[in-house]
Amino acid sequence: MGKPHTAYEKKQMTLNRHNTLVGLSFILPNFIGFALFILIPVIFSFVLSVCEWDGFTAMKFVGFKNFARIFQDRVFKASLQHTVIFTIFSVIFTMAIALSLAMMLNRKMKGVNFFRSAVFFPYVASVVAVGAVWNAMFLKDGGPVNTMLQAIGIANPPGWFASTKWALPGVIIVSIWKNMGYFMIIYLAALQDIPTTLYEAAVIDGANGWQKFKKITFPMLTPSHFFVFMMLTINSFKIFDLILVLTDGGPGIATKVLANYIYDKAFVSWNYGYSSAASMILFLIIGTITIIQFRVEKKFNDFM
Amino acid sequence: MQIEKRHKASTIILYAGFILITIITLLPFAWMLSASLKSDIDVFSVPIKWIPETFHFENYAKIWTKIPLGLFTFNSLKLTVIITLIQLVTSSFAAYGFSKCKFKGRDALFVCYIVTIAIPWQVYMLPQYIMMQKMHLIDTHLAIILLQSFTAFGVFLLRQFFQSVPNELLEAARIDGLSEYGIYARIMLPLSKPALATLTIFSFVSVWNDFMGPMIYFNSTRNKTIQLGIRMFISQYSAEYNLIMAASLCSLVPVFVLYVSFQRFFIQGIATSGLKG
Repeated sequence: MGKPHTAYEKKQMTLNRHNTLVGLSFILPNFIGFALFILIPVIFSFVLSVCEWDGFTAMKFVGFKNFARIFQDRVFKASLQHTVIFTIFSVIFTMAIALSLAMMLNRKMKGVNFFRSAVFFPYVASVVAVGAVWNAMFLKDGGPVNTMLQAIGIANPPGWFASTKWALPGVIIVSIWKNMGYFMIIYLAALQDIPTTLYEAAVIDGANGWQKFKKITFPMLTPSHFFVFMMLTINSFKIFDLILVLTDGGPGIATKVLANYIYDKAFVSWNYGYSSAASMILFLIIGTITIIQFRVEKKFNDFM
Repeated sequence: MQIEKRHKASTIILYAGFILITIITLLPFAWMLSASLKSDIDVFSVPIKWIPETFHFENYAKIWTKIPLGLFTFNSLKLTVIITLIQLVTSSFAAYGFSKCKFKGRDALFVCYIVTIAIPWQVYMLPQYIMMQKMHLIDTHLAIILLQSFTAFGVFLLRQFFQSVPNELLEAARIDGLSEYGIYARIMLPLSKPALATLTIFSFVSVWNDFMGPMIYFNSTRNKTIQLGIRMFISQYSAEYNLIMAASLCSLVPVFVLYVSFQRFFIQGIATSGLKG
């Protein structure tokens, strides 16, 4: 780019500058807040993960020592393991239940909207209220769940949040219950996009209900399966507040997940380096999933 | 005749299924309501009494005297209203800049938003805290307001909607002599009422329900929000499930009312933010 020669070029340049100023004036009020309170902390967390710091004494660069140390930490390994188990089960069951609910409720029948709203409501209910009520529901002695289980003949129902064996399954059940409505809505939207002509053709060919599901509905939902799977996986790896209100990681460390570990190291033992290193591992897992999602979704879009 | 009968039977089965699902889903809330009206010794009676023998409505009066629930509700409302307003104004402004103004560096700025969306909050929770500590904002409402008002979500949602507004419309307004600010205020905003309503509701629900943020930042009772207040209540009166349930139910009311009245915006929010993300 040389110096502007003609009057036209000069005018063009002032116009460009004017456009930039106007554009920036729209964006900056939000961007400044965003940069200060989200972007900078994100960058800072990378720095912290390779440092040793308690917030008071001088910060010391230690390279990857934090990472090496946490992988020897029994609690960290247990937390990672619980997170993976939680993720596997809640992803599989939430997907299956959300899809079944969507297929059941994908009809033009009177009152169907009411049933949809009812299923979705747990998703908007606050996690504190949800935690309070499920803690009571799952009470070992006299809790409504165990009372009902005993009523149908199960003599020794599980101890749920009081037992190291049953606490994690309990948390998984509550998480499925809370999130299934959200993913049902996503499946419902996708189901409504499947052309009805496909089903009409299948009926002419003599297909039964199961065949229609296997050959039309399920494969036609592939992009949604993928989206739901990815969203659920990401959200499950991040699980925190629900565990906090239900079990607080206990009994012992039976339901401690990655986010608990990050929180404890930061705000209980003030070991900023460990906390940030653990959070980097969480970031790495979620980042990888997100990149895969981006790539594959682009492929879906190119196809369609 | 035969077909009609079969049709009728399958309809009945379907409705039975719907009702069963609804009961299972709403059972915890039903139990919450029922327990909140019982005396504390009747809460866990076996077999379960879904309808209490005597209704203890006084539970709902009691909770307001045991903890400053009024103050907590006020704090929650204050934070919710302020954060939602800042979000609406600044994100709609930014969304207009990102979707309708062309200038160098715009897309680079937008990439910053995209990148952070993939980063879990736990990653920057600690740096944010250290930052607020340095600014002496721990245990102030300002900390939460600053941290939650500038989310990428709002900018994303509104940008998505603004992009669907045809450029010809704006071009016509430009020829008529309207400035970009005029177009934003007089054309864009009125056109995007549904998107603004969606953002309002999402922001309201997420701030009202937020528990982690206040838990990290607020120590003194006078600053606590309703969610934190109920946690406090639970730890202080852990045996009195009837009161805990009454307080929890109260905290659900605003979101429930919002949900029942503006349901389509909830669904819309999922459709735009989720599917086409």
